[in-house]
Amino acid sequence: MSTQAAAGQAVIRVQGVTVGYDQSVVLRDVSFDVHAGEVFVILGGSGCGKSTLLKHMIGLLQPMRGSIIVDGEDIVSAAGERRRELLRRIGVMYQHGALFGSMSVLENIRLPLEEYTDLPLEAMNLIAHTKLKLVQLAGSADLLPGELSGGMQKRVAIARAMALDPDILFLDEPSAGLDPITSAGLDQLILRLKRNLGVTFVVVTHELPSIFTIADRVIMLDRQAQGIIAEGHPQTLRDTSGNPRVRQFFNREPEPATEV
Amino acid sequence: MPPPGPPAQLTPVAPSADQPARLELSGRLDLHSIGPVWQTARAALARFARDPVVIDAARVTYCDGSGIAMLVDLLRQQRPVGATVTVKHLQPQYQTLLAQFDPAEFRERHHRPPAPRPLAERLGRAAMQLLRDLYAAVTFIGEAAAGVARALAHPGQLRWGDTLLVAQRIGAEGLPIVSLVGFLIGVIVAFQSAVALRNFGAEILVADLLGIGLIRELGALITAILLAGRTGAAFAAEIGTMKVNEEIDALTTMGLDPVRFLVVPRLLAAVTMTPLLTLYAILIGLVGGGLVLLGFDIPFALYRKELFSFVTLTDFLGGMAKTFVFGVIVACTGCLRGLQTRSGAAAVGLSATSAVVTAIVLIVVADGIFALVYYYLDI
Repeated sequence: MSTQAAAGQAVIRVQGVTVGYDQSVVLRDVSFDVHAGEVFVILGGSGCGKSTLLKHMIGLLQPMRGSIIVDGEDIVSAAGERRRELLRRIGVMYQHGALFGSMSVLENIRLPLEEYTDLPLEAMNLIAHTKLKLVQLAGSADLLPGELSGGMQKRVAIARAMALDPDILFLDEPSAGLDPITSAGLDQLILRLKRNLGVTFVVVTHELPSIFTIADRVIMLDRQAQGIIAEGHPQTLRDTSGNPRVRQFFNREPEPATEV
Repeated sequence: MPPPGPPAQLTPVAPSADQPARLELSGRLDLHSIGPVWQTARAALARFARDPVVIDAARVTYCDGSGIAMLVDLLRQQRPVGATVTVKHLQPQYQTLLAQFDPAEFRERHHRPPAPRPLAERLGRAAMQLLRDLYAAVTFIGEAAAGVARALAHPGQLRWGDTLLVAQRIGAEGLPIVSLVGFLIGVIVAFQSAVALRNFGAEILVADLLGIGLIRELGALITAILLAGRTGAAFAAEIGTMKVNEEIDALTTMGLDPVRFLVVPRLLAAVTMTPLLTLYAILIGLVGGGLVLLGFDIPFALYRKELFSFVTLTDFLGGMAKTFVFGVIVACTGCLRGLQTRSGAAAVGLSATSAVVTAIVLIVVADGIFALVYYYLDI
């Protein structure tokens, strides 16, 4: 366990949250906890609100109703130094990397270190290089994001998210677009960080092999239900869930063809 | 909020007869507290430069990625033979993390900065780049001209919806800024001239000066520069963003010529709207000048009469002829720079800036050429 919360204790509490855009509700009255030191996976079909929920959990969007408590503090209403401290303790990898195109890979990873620490440049560079080594991009420090493939950009984004050694890492579709070897390497990295440093992960993903490898607990969102239709360990859900939508998802069954 | 537990601390212990030098680390080696410890540890290593050093991590309670980076840094230092650095008693879970890094891989490489290129080589490279840019511009203008010719020969193939939309953005939506700038230019030129000419009782000549200035030169020039900043930049940013998002590639692989699809509608809209906006700017400028002259007791009717008696149709046509060329310059530089955009958000900004700068330079150069040609043709 890395900092405040003991292993197993709730570090994120999503309580009665309704989210959406304008007047259109995407998820209604959703509640769940994320426990310290676990890999928590949010899954569901396209358009069910996974990424929207993630954006609420990191404080980018304000829920219509309900509250999201991170480390005992409402992330939306936290202000000033407390908000800055909360944001320092979380790392976020966005779906498309969101790297700064005018900065080199090294500068992208070093940026949060420059903003939050007083370390000398050499030390920040070394930390950035170790993060790059972790995502198997040791030789790419001086390249610009535009010179990297989509998969490499994602790995740099993960390295940047880890720059401040956050207690909680949010990963939005980390494996999408990666080759199977890199994807498996990323799964191992997540497990290593969880096991050795007690980092908590909140991961949005569709990748079933990855889910079965890394997830301690999953919630499954559904567009029609506008909420959570299943919660638990992925293998348990696959084998025992009574919900046909859950079984369909885990068994990769297509939608029944519409009769004409 | 700082994490619980004692922060990182380091105690250097000098070597004794039976013990090597030791750096005793304790507490949490994390990003919060690592800075001072890191510097002390490096200084201690330098102090024990010729001795083997053991980093004793027995009392380290937590070690995050930054702590691991510090240990890697201490292990990677180049030292004399025998003066090794070793880490001992680190908890197994942190030892696993440390084992992922080979310190030798992180040794500082001293790059010799490349020698500056000789002047002749730099000049040659700049000249080659200029030639390449010129070649790209000529190719692009050729493609655009061919696209326009095709569109005129087969009007049904032109994307009329896009063309009218772009024309609306350039023309109707540009009216407020053109009105403001045109009016103020008329007012300023008229006022400054009138103040000077009043000394000779020749305020009425402001009408001649303003007429010839706005109709032959300023109207077209000011409108073109406004369009370069407003429309040229918008073209470059819009097409540049499409390039970054691979939309241009998608058009190409669908068999759609980007020049026909994107450039021709913009070119036609700009060439049509530039003269109209210029005409409008001239009229508004003349109105502004007329209002200033009212303040100098010159009635509007007299101002109008003087204006029409002095400015000829040739002046007007000469001024308007430029506007078509300026329209082509604004549209072509905007579209060309957009299509030349590399990847990333910064590249889009660079393209937009480059489009504006290039267009303004070309407009001024073209205006100079027009002035020379008109002089020799006695227009």
